[in-house]
Amino acid sequence: MDASPTETRNLSYAEALREAMDIALESDERVIVMGEDIGVYGGAFQVTGDLFHKYGPERIVETPISELGGAGVAIGAALTGLRPIFEFQFSDFAALAMDQIVNQAAKLRYMLGGAVSVPVVMRLPSGSGTGAAAQHSQSLEAWLGHVPGLKVVQPSTPVDAKGLLLAALDDPDPVIVFEHKLLYKMKGHVPPGHYTTKIGKADVKRKGKDLTIVATGIMVHKSLEAAELLALEEIDAEVIDLRTVRPIDKKTILDSVRKTSRVICVYEGVTTLGIGAEISAMIAESDAFDFLDGPIIRLGGTECPIPFSPELQKAAVPQVDGIVEAAQGLVGDRIRHAEGGHGNVHLRDFDVASNGCAAG
Amino acid sequence: MHDGTRGNLPFAIRTYGPDKLKDALRKMLLIRKFEETAEQSYMRGLTHGTAHLSIGQEASAVGACIPLSDDDKITSTHRGHGHCIAKGADPARMFAEFFGKETGYCRGRGGSMHIADISKGNLGANGIVGGGIPIAVGAALSAKQLKTGTVALSFFGDGANNEGVFHESLNMASIWNLPVVFFCENNQYGMSTSTAQSTAVKSIADRASAYSMPGVVVDGNDFSAVAEASDKAVARAREGLGPTLVESVTYRFRGHSRSDRNRYRTEEEIQERMRQDPIPRMSELLESHGITTRREIEQLELDVDREIKAAMDFADKSPTPSVAELTSDVYAREIA
Repeated sequence: MDASPTETRNLSYAEALREAMDIALESDERVIVMGEDIGVYGGAFQVTGDLFHKYGPERIVETPISELGGAGVAIGAALTGLRPIFEFQFSDFAALAMDQIVNQAAKLRYMLGGAVSVPVVMRLPSGSGTGAAAQHSQSLEAWLGHVPGLKVVQPSTPVDAKGLLLAALDDPDPVIVFEHKLLYKMKGHVPPGHYTTKIGKADVKRKGKDLTIVATGIMVHKSLEAAELLALEEIDAEVIDLRTVRPIDKKTILDSVRKTSRVICVYEGVTTLGIGAEISAMIAESDAFDFLDGPIIRLGGTECPIPFSPELQKAAVPQVDGIVEAAQGLVGDRIRHAEGGHGNVHLRDFDVASNGCAAG
Repeated sequence: MHDGTRGNLPFAIRTYGPDKLKDALRKMLLIRKFEETAEQSYMRGLTHGTAHLSIGQEASAVGACIPLSDDDKITSTHRGHGHCIAKGADPARMFAEFFGKETGYCRGRGGSMHIADISKGNLGANGIVGGGIPIAVGAALSAKQLKTGTVALSFFGDGANNEGVFHESLNMASIWNLPVVFFCENNQYGMSTSTAQSTAVKSIADRASAYSMPGVVVDGNDFSAVAEASDKAVARAREGLGPTLVESVTYRFRGHSRSDRNRYRTEEEIQERMRQDPIPRMSELLESHGITTRREIEQLELDVDREIKAAMDFADKSPTPSVAELTSDVYAREIA
């Protein structure tokens, strides 16, 4: 079921994740949490917090700094009856564990003809904005979203952080949870007890008629903020929180595009070959393409590693101003079009590059 | 026979009954015949892809598995046919997999390099060198956590001992005191690269001391020696005393895979090593201790030939997978 809260409390995103783990640990003896410094330290971002004190070292298993081996142990344990939640300290460190994630977890069920399940959940603190520079700031959702056999979710709110993590734990397949580090302290309504947020279902966060903004993770909040600014100019943006990167909720996106005829994809991962490219192609390959009144815009991360300097760091990922500007440009096209300036297929004077990724 | 005399007998003879020993020989013969038949199929162009043959390493596979029950887990390697058969797999379903048939262990999705048999505790061969090692540690973690009393044994080759994951896995198994046996089949070459070229220690078993576990070297072509080392390591794991690294020194008679032109070892070396063929050595062991006779062995060989022929026939007559099911089993439940 999706959350239908009868009672809600404000919890932070990190607290919501912890509550999900607590519920799972409490109700299912097969659940263990593995990772680096997740014990008395409480995790690098305090997500496991005090779980170690409640469940002890048998359930909250602290690993050495061995991402590849640790991920492999979690996968082996998942194959043989446990339900491990494996925390990477930073999503960037998943690069060390790619063999186990991509060649093992994702492949085993298929490669063995359906004879096994790998019910492992991996939690990856990701994204920029902490001043940790190139090796601690990446958004690698699209990497893992490219791999059949994995499911990839990216909650943007506390309620979905808990709901998607509990859904991941109920799932028989490997699920990768990308958590944005800047969201950990964000508070929001979270229902108590067990509930799940359906994997593969996007959420229309704001209804609108003039354009669709499909956003992921923290970009959902930037897009909502942009939508409020656009509303002041009577531009009515619909904002979709993708929530799941694999499988993508095609229907929700296409339905929205058919309604608004304009679309911007906003995501923190590098623009090229990213989530925006996939969404653009999904639209282009469908009948929704016929409804388009302008080019599909991608606002993603700049084509560079995440830099350290605050100004550069900010410029490397989409910001509210850039989203507003892109939307204005796109809807401005509508106005020009309505005035008879351009035919539907001749909108290439719209300068995608100037509204591109490095908006600040 | 009084204890003093028994103590002088080879481990296998004093530990296992005649039926178990004869079955071990049967499995070694079955592995050999399976792989020779597989090799011929390749040479005759009857199947595609590649295969990694373990001909010459049969004592290592069967000796390692003899102390294991069906509930104990193994992880295997790209050179894994022997491990499968040693753990009880049915050659008919193995051949079916080999030929990409629906009746194969992986329903034709895995092929030679990914055969698994979950019902016998075989978590699968692995195409990534060292890929199965942490998975076995995970299986051991499950065993400890769920108190199943089972152990996990991870087969890997000498090549894997220079993969980082080998070191990470041994370290974790040791700090957590897990019921796992790291079973290195050192056939002396990682593809074309000799252990002398690739490995800083004289003996791979020496790596064990870095992870505070026993490291044991055995003649991998001596069934009894392998069984003894594995038995001790498995017992130690089962008693909760933690992991062991066993190095079983053996030799593959064939090349690495189909592409091997054998430019890295001499014909003399191969001939010399083939004189240590584990199968005649095992036959000799059983005959000399009156466990079996030459005639019985000849009968066993005929039985194995018949079993392999029937297995090939089963595979041959089995249906190929339906293309309509190309994407089934990517996930447990179909996704949009």
